[in-house]
Amino acid sequence: MNLSEHDISLQTLFDKNRAFIEKGAASGVNLARVKAAEAFALQGIPSNKVEAYKYTNLQPWFKAGFEQAYGLNGYSADDLKTFECNVHELEAHTIFTVNGKFVEGSNGDALPDGVVAGSFSELSKKHPEIIEKYYGRLAKVEADGFIALNTMFAMDGVFIYVPKNKVVEKPIQIVNVLTGPSDLMVNQRNLIVVEENAQARVLFCDHTLSMSRFLVNTVTEGYVAESGMLDFYNLQNQHNGTVQVGGYYFDQEGKSQLNANYFTLHTGITRNNIFSRLGGEHAENHISGLYVIDKNQHVDNFLFIDHAVPDCESNELFKGVMDDASTGVFTGRILVAPDAQRTNAYQSNNNLLLTDSAKMNSRPQLEIYADDVKCSHGATVGQLDENAMFYLRARGISKEEANILLMYAFAYEVIEKIKVPSLKEQIRQLVEKRFRGELDKCDSCVVCGQLGTNLIKSN
Amino acid sequence: MLKIRNLHAMIDGKEILRGINLDIKAGEIHAIMGPNGSGKSTLASVLTGNEAFEVVEGTVEFNGKDLLDMSPEDRAREGLFLSFQYPVEIPGVSMTNFMRTALNEQKKYRGEDILSASDFLKLMRDRKNLVDIDSDLTNRSVNEGFSGGEKKKNEIFQMAMLDPKLAILDETDSGLDIDALRIVANGVNKLRRPDNATILITHYQRLLDYIIPDHVHVLFNGRIVKSAGKELAHKLEENGYDWIKQELVE
Repeated sequence: MNLSEHDISLQTLFDKNRAFIEKGAASGVNLARVKAAEAFALQGIPSNKVEAYKYTNLQPWFKAGFEQAYGLNGYSADDLKTFECNVHELEAHTIFTVNGKFVEGSNGDALPDGVVAGSFSELSKKHPEIIEKYYGRLAKVEADGFIALNTMFAMDGVFIYVPKNKVVEKPIQIVNVLTGPSDLMVNQRNLIVVEENAQARVLFCDHTLSMSRFLVNTVTEGYVAESGMLDFYNLQNQHNGTVQVGGYYFDQEGKSQLNANYFTLHTGITRNNIFSRLGGEHAENHISGLYVIDKNQHVDNFLFIDHAVPDCESNELFKGVMDDASTGVFTGRILVAPDAQRTNAYQSNNNLLLTDSAKMNSRPQLEIYADDVKCSHGATVGQLDENAMFYLRARGISKEEANILLMYAFAYEVIEKIKVPSLKEQIRQLVEKRFRGELDKCDSCVVCGQLGTNLIKSN
Repeated sequence: MLKIRNLHAMIDGKEILRGINLDIKAGEIHAIMGPNGSGKSTLASVLTGNEAFEVVEGTVEFNGKDLLDMSPEDRAREGLFLSFQYPVEIPGVSMTNFMRTALNEQKKYRGEDILSASDFLKLMRDRKNLVDIDSDLTNRSVNEGFSGGEKKKNEIFQMAMLDPKLAILDETDSGLDIDALRIVANGVNKLRRPDNATILITHYQRLLDYIIPDHVHVLFNGRIVKSAGKELAHKLEENGYDWIKQELVE
């Protein structure tokens, strides 16, 4: 194919800065850049002519005009001290990244023996065997131009490794902060490995702290080995000038469990690429999402569930509440391999459109090559139930309050899936505030907590 | 308490109420009976402000205020309550949250202090006993998965919580077994005071064995065609509605 002007500008940018990008990076990570650059040359950034990106054209945004966030851009750990509010902190191991870069010393909290959580840049050098085994295994550069772009530019992010039989009880919370005076492009790279019979809960909170325009292209790979368990949460609360492509690539082995939950409370343009491969028998996953958007916000959740082997189960539940002229997209692709018998795959996407100008495109795509399977899919787009509305008002509840109660009731099914009770309560409150139009930046740290005392000490 | 004068209402261009006149005083229980399609439920809907119906003529005064001019929520806050014939299931809204929101909004409207969490829970417990409702039901979403009888009991529970001045029970007896009917009737009787009133809309006389009305009205073709004491209900039970139709023709 012909690359666009923008694609070429990104290639040039990479070539010019390659030495800088590669300096101090792990050899496995640098090796991957070679293939990534080749793959990018073949694909470029997907335009809306690519079927998977039909309703979200990201090509105009991704160009070299944006300054690359290679470092903290003058931001220091001290500045994070302003990221404080008088709210309850979630009991968690907290790690900060700023513009895609791990904040030195922010992982001071003691983790269980053998568990590592910290800078991708540092830990990828320390654990070449893990990089060799997992890096880029599932997020294939030839599959998507965004993966290729990320793999070319990736310098830092978060690296989490949970060895065999280890259980990390407190959630590991990653607060991803975008900030600074200038517009930025961020290519953050994260790797999560949960080994055999190990368990972890990982929460990503995505925030913006300054009004600059941010272009984010994150790739997160998550590997869950046999009988392992990963609870993954993504909470997104970013300003309207944010364009974020979040790629989440999960690979599951036998009897493993994955729960992944995506909450988009505020954004500009969001595209989530959520890929899950069920690669061992009796693996199970539950992937859910809630998007609450208004004005001109746009959210596109693209899911691909790959049932590669028999006897696995997948569940998808995505719900959206859309106000004003906001637009949403849901694509739920389920692939059942020829011998993946006794597969259970369920998918549901329900949307509440509050205005005539809000718009939703929902596409279930089931590709089934096995004959003994249970698959279901359902998509709905509707308005608030008028009978329920009258019932509430007939008890003395105002129209506005009844609206909020019903929107919240609609969203609750997704919130209910959160397995950490304190996190569930905090997200519940956030969503309610969102419906009341009271959500501000300060509230977002209800979930994300404050800067740990460890960091302040380490400075 | 309630003064209805020459009330006409329509839905989808069809006139259902054709000139209702009715006076209800504090302390009274009125039964409105009538064959199917006579306009009984429409009357309940129009009084509570269901926007599907259009009032084309007439006035309704509720404690000296123009009822028809108010939103559904303000009518409730003024003390009007409807026990729905078909209570709506609302998944995701808990009974507790629903009742607390409703009660507090009503109290705010009337300039009263809202209840503390513990006072509210105490009131819930107290009112649950009154209608013998399963404790478990109030922990669930509004009416979700409730049986027909549970839904009706839940309506009376809400009535007990909100303590209205005028309650309209729209076929609350339909679909109730005799035990549930007794519980519902018992609840209504216990809530009866000299300063409140009740309208029972029913097709059958059975409920009136348990809740004794002061007045019985027969609604037919959108008009009240006969009003008398409680003995009228018995006569209807024995002879059906045909004799009334006969009388009208004559």
